[in-house]
Amino acid sequence: MTDLRHEIGRRRLLGRGMSLGALTLLTGCDFTDGDAVQTALHAVSRWNDRVQAALFSDTTLAPTYDPKRAIKDFRFNAFFGPQDSPVLNPETYRLRLSGAIDDKRPWSVEQLRALPQESQVTRHICVEGWSMIGQWAGQPLGQFLKRVGADTRARYVGFECADGYYGGIDMATALHPQTIMAMSLSGETLPTKYGFPLKVRIPTKLGFKNPKWVTAMCVTNQQPRGFWEDRGYNWFSGT
Amino acid sequence: MIGPDVQKHPLVRRISHWLFALAIFVMIGSGWRIYDNVPIFPFTFPGWMTLGGGGGASYAQHNEGGTGSAIAWHFAGMWLLVVAFLVYVVHGLVTRHFWRDLLPVGPRGFVRDFKAAATFKLEHRLGHYNAVQKAFYWGAMFAIVMMVASGLAIWKPVQLWWLTALFGGFDFARVVHFLFMAAIVGFLVVHVALVALVPKTLVAMVTGRATGAHS
Repeated sequence: MTDLRHEIGRRRLLGRGMSLGALTLLTGCDFTDGDAVQTALHAVSRWNDRVQAALFSDTTLAPTYDPKRAIKDFRFNAFFGPQDSPVLNPETYRLRLSGAIDDKRPWSVEQLRALPQESQVTRHICVEGWSMIGQWAGQPLGQFLKRVGADTRARYVGFECADGYYGGIDMATALHPQTIMAMSLSGETLPTKYGFPLKVRIPTKLGFKNPKWVTAMCVTNQQPRGFWEDRGYNWFSGT
Repeated sequence: MIGPDVQKHPLVRRISHWLFALAIFVMIGSGWRIYDNVPIFPFTFPGWMTLGGGGGASYAQHNEGGTGSAIAWHFAGMWLLVVAFLVYVVHGLVTRHFWRDLLPVGPRGFVRDFKAAATFKLEHRLGHYNAVQKAFYWGAMFAIVMMVASGLAIWKPVQLWWLTALFGGFDFARVVHFLFMAAIVGFLVVHVALVALVPKTLVAMVTGRATGAHS
């Protein structure tokens, strides 16, 4: 999804003035395509979400690799080119929290970095078919959710990103031990084009379910929409 | 006294056959579209041969080449294929079709019939399967099993990591998935060519029954 043609869509998206604070507007399903075939395909896709949720095991870990196999020059992947990556200021950046969370105080980069970080060398698998091994480190999302008093009985965690990207995952995946709030790649601070300061790394999901430049998180019972899901991709997209 | 040759296909087998036909059409068409996005080999399939919504239209509507739609087709066709396969296998076991019509098949009979077929000396008798045909059907079934297994390995490389490992990892599982697709396409070419040579087999697969003079 690195094609430059995606750039057009991004401009269109930004042009529409999509509010970055409108996470609640992005929840719920808005499938208005009247075409019968598309509707049927969408229904099967929702059924496949349920099958995948049933196949998901909280104890099955993604295979891990020798750090030597981790690719440093990782493939850039977004709906725009790397030169258009949002540049976030580490001084003013805040991770905002909303939904079923007790302590909604925003988090600075410094505060997030102070949290215990766990490292992983896992395979990023793109829905397109390519894959790449990388090394990320960050606080496990499940630990963070407990730390801020999130209601982990809620069904979903939604994400919102500085590039206008949005998405979300099921709570079981959010609590999976390998789901981390990645702040580093290959042992170094996460570079801008890979999502500085925060990327949610989820090795049990396809690449597009791993949001970069994350600026807000929401715990909710309403299934969060997703950028690619709104373009016909399967919602669960587990690996 | 010998009567005419008769080819009979019970209703359930016909249903499973046409479900197969539809499922394989959907799977190959959408699979080629998915392949084209990140090709494994130095070629792609022409867009018109693929399935999953027009690429141009997808770019206009979703700013995306239609891969999402092709994947939706692929993972819907997957269920159709599994249903067709289960219906066919259960029916084949219950009616003993596998034993009565598709067995025995041994190397000697295969070589004999293959030589005859290669020199155009093998005659087709409705309702009788020669050794090459039998081997082809078993081969096609094996290819479908391998497609499903390698497909699962690509779909669930974490949850079914052992299966993916069995296929030599994620990237190699994609190659295996491609190769068995090619085998199925090869089977289809021969299958359809032979139906064109003996059109009554098509009559039998539609109406359930066709007769031919015993030769």
